[in-house]
Amino acid sequence: MINQFFTCQSCCQCQFKGVGKTRASEIPTLTDAPHVARARTLARRARSVRASPTMAECGGLHSGSRRHTMDKSITLPPDEIFRNLENAKRFAIDIGGSLTKLAYYSTVQHKVAKVRSFDHTAKEATSDELYEITMQEEVTARLHFIKFENAYIETCLDFVRDHLVNTDTKVIKATGGGAHKFKELIERKLGLRVDKEDEMTCLIKGCNFVLRNIPHEAFVYAKHADSEFRFQTTQPDIFPYLLVNIGSGVSIVKVESEDKFERIGGSSIGGGTFWGLGALLTKTKRFDELLQLASKGQHTSVDMLVKDIYGGSYGSLGLTGDLIASSFGKSATADKGGFSKEDMAKSLLHMISNDIGQLACLYAKLHSLSRVYFGGFFIRGHPVTMHTITYSINFFTKGEVQALFLRHEGYLGAIGAFLKGAEEDNPNQYSWGENYAGSSGLMSVSPDMNPMQRARSGTFDMLEMDRLERKLVNLPLLQDASSYIPDTVDLTEDALAREYWLYCFEEALDGVVKRALASQPDIPEAAERAEKFRQKYRHKLQTLRHQPFAYGSLTVRSLLDTREHCLNEFNFPDPYSKIKQRENDAALKYYQKAVQSLEELSWEERQFALVRGVLAGNVFDWGAKAVSDVLESDPEFGFEQAKRQLEERPWLVDSYDEWFERLKGPPHKCALFFVDNSGVDIILGVMPFVRELLSRGTEVVLASNSSPALNDVTNGELQILTESIAAMDPVIRAALGEDRLTLVQSGSSSPCLDLSRLDKVLAMVVRERKTDLVIIEGMGRAIHTNYYAMLSCESLKMAVIKNSWLADRLGGKLFSVVFKYEVPAAGIDSPALTPS
Amino acid sequence: MDTAESVVDKKGASGPFHVNNGPSPRGFHGNGSCCGGGSSPAAPEEAHHLHRGGEDAECNGSPAKRSRLRRRTESVKRNRPRTAQRSNMALSVSPKDTSTSGAGDQTTGPLIEGQPCSTTEPHYRCTRNVVEMCRAFPWFGMDIGGTLVKLVYFEPVDVTAEEEQEEVENLKSIRRYLTSNVAYGKTGVRDVHLELRNLTMCGRTGNLHFIRFPTQAMPRFIQMGRDKNFSSLHTTLCATGGGAYKFENDFRTMADLELLKLDELDCLIRGLLFVDRVSFNGHPEGYYFQNPSDTESCVKKTCTLDNPFPMLLVNIGSGVSILAVYSESDYKRVTGTSLGGGTFLGLCCLLTGCETFEEALEMASKGDSTNVDKLVKDIYGGDYERFGLQGSAVASSFGHMMSKEKRDSISKEDLARATLVTITNNIGSIARMCAVNEKIERVVFVGNFLRINTVSTKLLAYAMDFWSKGQLRALFLEHEGYFGAVGALMELLKTSEDP
Repeated sequence: MINQFFTCQSCCQCQFKGVGKTRASEIPTLTDAPHVARARTLARRARSVRASPTMAECGGLHSGSRRHTMDKSITLPPDEIFRNLENAKRFAIDIGGSLTKLAYYSTVQHKVAKVRSFDHTAKEATSDELYEITMQEEVTARLHFIKFENAYIETCLDFVRDHLVNTDTKVIKATGGGAHKFKELIERKLGLRVDKEDEMTCLIKGCNFVLRNIPHEAFVYAKHADSEFRFQTTQPDIFPYLLVNIGSGVSIVKVESEDKFERIGGSSIGGGTFWGLGALLTKTKRFDELLQLASKGQHTSVDMLVKDIYGGSYGSLGLTGDLIASSFGKSATADKGGFSKEDMAKSLLHMISNDIGQLACLYAKLHSLSRVYFGGFFIRGHPVTMHTITYSINFFTKGEVQALFLRHEGYLGAIGAFLKGAEEDNPNQYSWGENYAGSSGLMSVSPDMNPMQRARSGTFDMLEMDRLERKLVNLPLLQDASSYIPDTVDLTEDALAREYWLYCFEEALDGVVKRALASQPDIPEAAERAEKFRQKYRHKLQTLRHQPFAYGSLTVRSLLDTREHCLNEFNFPDPYSKIKQRENDAALKYYQKAVQSLEELSWEERQFALVRGVLAGNVFDWGAKAVSDVLESDPEFGFEQAKRQLEERPWLVDSYDEWFERLKGPPHKCALFFVDNSGVDIILGVMPFVRELLSRGTEVVLASNSSPALNDVTNGELQILTESIAAMDPVIRAALGEDRLTLVQSGSSSPCLDLSRLDKVLAMVVRERKTDLVIIEGMGRAIHTNYYAMLSCESLKMAVIKNSWLADRLGGKLFSVVFKYEVPAAGIDSPALTPS
Repeated sequence: MDTAESVVDKKGASGPFHVNNGPSPRGFHGNGSCCGGGSSPAAPEEAHHLHRGGEDAECNGSPAKRSRLRRRTESVKRNRPRTAQRSNMALSVSPKDTSTSGAGDQTTGPLIEGQPCSTTEPHYRCTRNVVEMCRAFPWFGMDIGGTLVKLVYFEPVDVTAEEEQEEVENLKSIRRYLTSNVAYGKTGVRDVHLELRNLTMCGRTGNLHFIRFPTQAMPRFIQMGRDKNFSSLHTTLCATGGGAYKFENDFRTMADLELLKLDELDCLIRGLLFVDRVSFNGHPEGYYFQNPSDTESCVKKTCTLDNPFPMLLVNIGSGVSILAVYSESDYKRVTGTSLGGGTFLGLCCLLTGCETFEEALEMASKGDSTNVDKLVKDIYGGDYERFGLQGSAVASSFGHMMSKEKRDSISKEDLARATLVTITNNIGSIARMCAVNEKIERVVFVGNFLRINTVSTKLLAYAMDFWSKGQLRALFLEHEGYFGAVGALMELLKTSEDP
């Protein structure tokens, strides 16, 4: 888990300093492909095709203007977009007025690390290693969504045809206004039958899908806030909601369930009105340019304001003087030609945004709906329109309703059309997760960015979603699932913390690359992949520096997860496998001794020693090179040393006395323990603690990661470890045999913990066992996440702060201890984590 | 004071307030529409009450009452912001409740019934003597909107020789100037066809004239007031609309005139109910369209607002205000929109180079909006059946104008028509939603946007009928934009003269 990482910060920074700086200047290139061999072949096949100019006219976004002709010629980098086409099946396409969205389902083959117990009956085994690590090929399902300008449609279709291997595909689902226009072209190019799907149905299906599967999908836009985007937590129940789709016109749809929705209203004054009327008034052709004009304009010269009529406000009605009484009200009387394009565009934008906002509010009120999502090309990430719509909604509802926007709004139709085509596979029975490595993220809306730049950078935008092996659900023990926020600090809002962590991750990158490389010593091309990983992740960090909101709220967790995704992308599924293996083997040797010495203590002493044991195990920073050698040779010595390094009581956060009092009472029915590291942590820290719980008569459920993340113990490893501990320890053996000790996987592969996305089986076990105690261990799970999580049963959060910056921020020092025991309703005050 | 406050408090002057309200009725130039003329008013010989409450019924107010009245007017102003918080209360007040709001409210009944004041208690009888005390001529009511100033002028026709002799020259010249012309200066117009003849107000019989001129001409108008030494006439200028506030200081400093500022929504409702009550020279003031959904058989039918409450009152001036009216004094502003008459004219001027409302309407009448707007069938090739949308419905206003070729080939007339249809449909749509939210079935459209604008009136009638499946009915009134000014005049006749 995390201490490996932190260690690098505190101990090994100097090692990497120079390297980090030279690398920083490198600009990430387009070469970070996953499958190198294939990449080479495909690169040769990369096309440079001039799209037919007539294509560009559709919708008029890039019509005519010579300046943009260059846009139509494009070279497709095959490793970047349309990835995994060879295994692609189930195509869907959504063609809008200016953008095309292509969706397909594909399988991805990548390496996974598996552990397998040696057959210890054949005692002559090669080594005294407990288990062997093997790399296996695993096939997982992935959804690909690619967005590009209609101008490139022909190029893209050619590309897809050239790379399509799977010939079973016969049909492509199509939706969007442009679907019928391009029907013939698609059929001719791809040789697939175009099967049209209803636009609105697709939109709603797609909307349900992203709301359900992508955390931080929805956000509130606040132009003047520290962080423009305030992401919403995933709601356990996404229905009912109102979707206001602002395309050329406006559709207002009430969605009550997966299959039940109704268009309750609409308006003809929409994006097409802004564009069409705007083009007439300003002689500006492009939608983006119109928005750009509007953002520079002053509407007050064109609009008649309340103060133009009243000389001030209309106080008795509470209408302030600056409100618009009549849009374009001054243009009838002013001198001809007296208005700037900017001012007219601004006035028009206000007029249309206010009108849509007003209608949306009237419908929301009529149907008593408080969740209102806005989408359509009028919105699509444009800060100008998101701002005016937000303003309008705030005004008309006096803040009672918030305008919500979606990160993947542009993909809804394509996702929905795809889902329609994949109904027989029933994609909704799975949980899906956004792949940070393969997704572009939300684009920059920084006002100083040239909108042309924006349009170009939006040329190929991607979203990739992995099918998760397990269905994920809420932990049933959350006090209020709808208000649960896993992350303790939102780095999108906390600029200082963001600065630090981005720096931190960048500095640690070289170490991670080395570690990854070291994990595959016998594979020659590993170096190349490791380098690609480095570039990819560095590029992500750079993107996040400028667009912290790209993947929802930026958090330490998302930074860690992004790194895991990138490592997986380049086939480094478990860089720590060997280290974990060594540490586990070494620690196991001392298990019995550790248990024995605990047994010798009085009950009181033992309770404290057990807690210190867990904490000391967690302090383990031997990932740091300087000490790892010591660890390998003498883990017992290391463990004792770690105990000595622990902060003395009173700890930074210290409710040990309450916990101790509680232990004098009746045993808990069942404890759910989210474990952390391999090695000393799990074997010498956690297991004795678990053993004591079991001895008290408490059932224990050990929840560990489904797949690797840093040096966290995985479920596979823990199975083997537990068995071998059981072989030594009758208490554990008995508990396993009587099913009082259960191992479950968390469903996660993150060093952090999101209690709203846990394995369904875990949730079931928790419920069945009537779990009344939740123990969360480690910085990643108990401090970076879940520090403020409110549970409906008793909880214990234990961690050692192994990062001096964070320790400093929390008012402690390196190796400060957080021991937070909480009882719901009983009202043990949660100690403040941040200094006032 | 108490009475006044209670009346005020019940007014739900709040409701959702909106960015885009167009606070006052205003209109555009041009010549009169259809209806007009007609015989005598329903009860021409009798004086009508012009007052809301009983106490103010006075034409013969004692000095004490006068000052009370003045205070009352002020208190209205002062109290308005407070009432804004009471919208919920206003919602719950039924028309009947308000009639018990203060002393003398029994007159509310007769007033609404349209009975002459002489039939009520002797206390309210207006004798000639009283009238003279009541209010010196000239009688004006003014509504200064964002685009247009609406002026109503009561021309007494029962002037005795004695009076005539006493009448100052100034007053005479004003009367002659106004009644003998139909146009004033370059931009002032008298809507002769709207004149209410042989009307009895406050015991005097006369003709009510309806005059309008652009708000831009206000400085000249104030200038004229100074030149004609209007301040010597010892009259009060009752004014409503935003301009009453905006130009107050100009009136004071340039023409030595003190305005009595009145709330425009109060005036609008009071004036509307009065005109409906006295009728349009014997004919009903209101009208609607029969068979609005069928262009062939669609016919205009007259009607009165019997039992007018509750009604949704949609006032389309430069901007739009939408009121839910439960009684003469109990109403709330539900919402408003900035897409109103000013938007239509403003956009038309920019798009077509036209300069007046009449020109814009003239062009619109010849145009075809489907060359400009994208219809459902333009996108889906026909009806969008999944959602029951007809192919002929507008999917995107000005949607065709996204294409350069279409922009290059479009006519001004088509653009004007599309602008008109867009604005009108939008108002209809918002009004309909408000009617549904407020549970009111009768929607009354007023305001000068509707002047000589049958395209819009028919479209509104159609839209109300179609989208509500016949549940809602759109009503219109002949004096569209003048109710605020009439309401202001009524206020004059119930207040006392400033010393």
